[in-house]
Amino acid sequence: MRVPIVTFRLANGLFVTLSEDHTAPIVAVNLWYHVGSANERAGRTGFAHLFEHMLFQGSAHVGANEHFEIVQRAGGTLNGSTWLDRTNYFETVPSNQLAVALWLEADRMGQLLPAMTQQKLDTQRDVVKNERRWSVDNQPYGTWWERLPALAFPPEHPFHHSLIGSMEDLSEASLEDIAQFFATYYTPDNAVLSIAGDFDLAEAKALVEQYFGGIPKGGGKPALRPMAVPVRFGEWRREVVKDAVMLPRLFLAFRAPLFGSDGHYVATVLAAILGTGKGSRFQRTLVRDREIASEASAFTFDLAKAADILIADVTARPGISAVSLEAEVVREIDRIRTDGVTPEEVERAVALLETALVSALQSAGDRADKLSMFATYFGDPALVNEQTERYQRVTAAQVNELARDLLGEDNRASLIYVPAEPSADSSADAEVGETAGASR
Amino acid sequence: MSAVVSGATRPQAGPPRDYRFPFFERVTLDNGLHVIVAPVHKLPIVSAALVVDAGASSESPGTEGVAQLAARALMEGTRRRNGDALGEQFERWGAAVGAGADWDAAVVSMSVLAPRLDDAMALFAEVVLEPVFPERELARLKAERLADLLQLQTEPRGLADEMFSRFVYDAASRYARPEHGSVASVRSVDRAIVERFYGARYRPGGSTLVLTGDIRVADGVALAQRLFGAWSGATPAAAAVNDGPARTTRAVHIVRKEDAPQSEIRIGHVGLPRSHPDYFPALILNGLLGGLFSSRINLNLREVHAYTYGAHSSFEWRRGAGPFVVSTAVKSDVTAAAAHEILIEIGRIRADAVSEDELTLATSYLDGVFPIRYETTESIARALAALATYDLPADYFDSYRANIRRVTAMDVLHAADRYLHPDQLQLVVVGDPSVIMAPLAALDVGPVSVHDAEGKPER
Repeated sequence: MRVPIVTFRLANGLFVTLSEDHTAPIVAVNLWYHVGSANERAGRTGFAHLFEHMLFQGSAHVGANEHFEIVQRAGGTLNGSTWLDRTNYFETVPSNQLAVALWLEADRMGQLLPAMTQQKLDTQRDVVKNERRWSVDNQPYGTWWERLPALAFPPEHPFHHSLIGSMEDLSEASLEDIAQFFATYYTPDNAVLSIAGDFDLAEAKALVEQYFGGIPKGGGKPALRPMAVPVRFGEWRREVVKDAVMLPRLFLAFRAPLFGSDGHYVATVLAAILGTGKGSRFQRTLVRDREIASEASAFTFDLAKAADILIADVTARPGISAVSLEAEVVREIDRIRTDGVTPEEVERAVALLETALVSALQSAGDRADKLSMFATYFGDPALVNEQTERYQRVTAAQVNELARDLLGEDNRASLIYVPAEPSADSSADAEVGETAGASR
Repeated sequence: MSAVVSGATRPQAGPPRDYRFPFFERVTLDNGLHVIVAPVHKLPIVSAALVVDAGASSESPGTEGVAQLAARALMEGTRRRNGDALGEQFERWGAAVGAGADWDAAVVSMSVLAPRLDDAMALFAEVVLEPVFPERELARLKAERLADLLQLQTEPRGLADEMFSRFVYDAASRYARPEHGSVASVRSVDRAIVERFYGARYRPGGSTLVLTGDIRVADGVALAQRLFGAWSGATPAAAAVNDGPARTTRAVHIVRKEDAPQSEIRIGHVGLPRSHPDYFPALILNGLLGGLFSSRINLNLREVHAYTYGAHSSFEWRRGAGPFVVSTAVKSDVTAAAAHEILIEIGRIRADAVSEDELTLATSYLDGVFPIRYETTESIARALAALATYDLPADYFDSYRANIRRVTAMDVLHAADRYLHPDQLQLVVVGDPSVIMAPLAALDVGPVSVHDAEGKPER
């Protein structure tokens, strides 16, 4: 199973990947800008994401909210997302609407600023503050995805601060910031455009040239603050959070090899052995056999800069304290380090990863997004075709070596949530959870 | 900034290419099992779904939750192997398997790469036909459900959904109770009840096996015959659900969450059943009112007032009348103002016909997005499972787009007039009473009551 890929680069630096598939009359357009929260300056946490919202507020020839309306009227789906080191924008439309989708993306890449107003910024600032309340502040365990990177990366590091941002910093964002961020990062030479699905190659190339060709190249972007971190944490970090939750939940994180490296495929298989599917270690031991956990999974963050993190995410059963929870999860981790995994466990993990990969590649939007990702991070979208083989090459010996190397006590970070108001079921948790740090 | 001359005018769309929902064939085995095979030879993957009339609506009173427990417990052990061995074997073939029950059906589903289909399907049949429901695994599944219910007390989105159902439906209605059972009902479901439920409802007569992806019709039917041919019996038709309302006058129900930075709002009433003849007008009505990003409610609450990250409405389609509900989360101090705007929008769409231009926002979206919905074998299998569950006509997919385009602005107005009932709306808010109670009372839309996180009335 191989995805056909054609690439070219416009004179202004825009890298374009095209992948034809005529099964259904639909086409996906996907843009990755190589900028994320890591590029934010001090005092502007959350800005990259707020900026993403502003890209849906119109451009020189597109009215406020018209972007959404035009795509939906065309029968398309669309969205955007912001991550630590990239921001993407994407739509899937009926194939006869390809020109419209490309035109919309080109208009906002080329001429966003004429449409920016203080009122739009104020509105989106409040929308984003509500997004923060909804996804972080008013959700049990909602702060984990800003607390964990903060625990895993040192304070000055570009991955340390909150992606959604603080309310204070969001309040400070100005139209000047918008103009500067746009000029610096939203340039064709800092972007990848992918088109996947039902299109004519020559026609698509011509449309890209027509709409994007006239957008001027950028002036280069400032280097990120130093990204390098040691391979391991060098210690066992621990943070205990009292929160409005009913059950303790542990995020146990380990520094792991960079996304895309050979080690990353080994780490992904290790994570799947630990926490994907009913046959995983966590399901069999923590959920089914010992009945310690009500939910348990493990995954990698897939960071392509600095260092990746592998995370075990385990929620206690009622009646199980945070201390027991952590001890039991650690027991499983230590058991993998001492006894190793079997070839059958590797086979199971790789088979599941393979099915998930094929399943995802059915969708034009997913194909386009993967092409953009591999092009952005490694300059080579064809890597999408090597994923299955790279997982298949992983051996039990490699998994065991990585586990011994990176799952030790000198490379752990525990983020533990405990109920702020102990319920009858877990009255000991809050107190004992606090002392867990000292006992290690 | 340099002008991009060629970009000033928005391009016109070319003529659309034809699209048909994947061809499928439906045959019935001698034992009454319907088999639907939809070949899609794009990637070497097959998705399977067995649909059984064993959803929550078919539970007897006091056993709420048995449908979900029975479905999940299929995977916990057969006469030949235990749950660990089952999970491990499926997964070594790379098969992603799931089983669960919604209101109207229990569905066992699987996706697997085509070369491993025969092996994986044999095991799939084993879990459906030979489950033993081990005592210990059932106890664990019950405990996991109880843990979910415990978590719900501090999870405002799920809590708001649950409380909305409780305040909208007649206390005797199955729809007033949690889809997967309450603390009391789940505790009381024992192994005998699960076995009885399985024995009565997991039968080939009335069930449907869907196979879609890299498979031929003849091979799919032969596979079904080989694996399920000896299965016998028929599932008795489920009794109609009581889908009556709790009350027919408007009321405000606050569910206490101290210090909540946001209020989770649900506003609605009993809606329409899936079989309703005005399904398509209701779909367009909902799209324009709150279903689309560019809908009235979302643009009002998000883009004009910035009260929220998002607001949407839906008719939840079930065999009985599922709810119509507007859902949003807003900053606590604008709770009443947001509720007021929602009521205004519901009133406005009932008062005047939408313009032709606004109408096409929803009709052209639903028409155009149709092929995008069926890109994956999983989504095709889900669609065919719904066809079986709701007994939709065989040409349902082929006539869908024409049915959408046929809806007029007058149809939408009539649907709004007949199926939206402003005076029957229940306003359910999970939030901080000290901030939201007085403003909600000042709205003067109905009596205001306050409840705890388990729904018990305060005072």
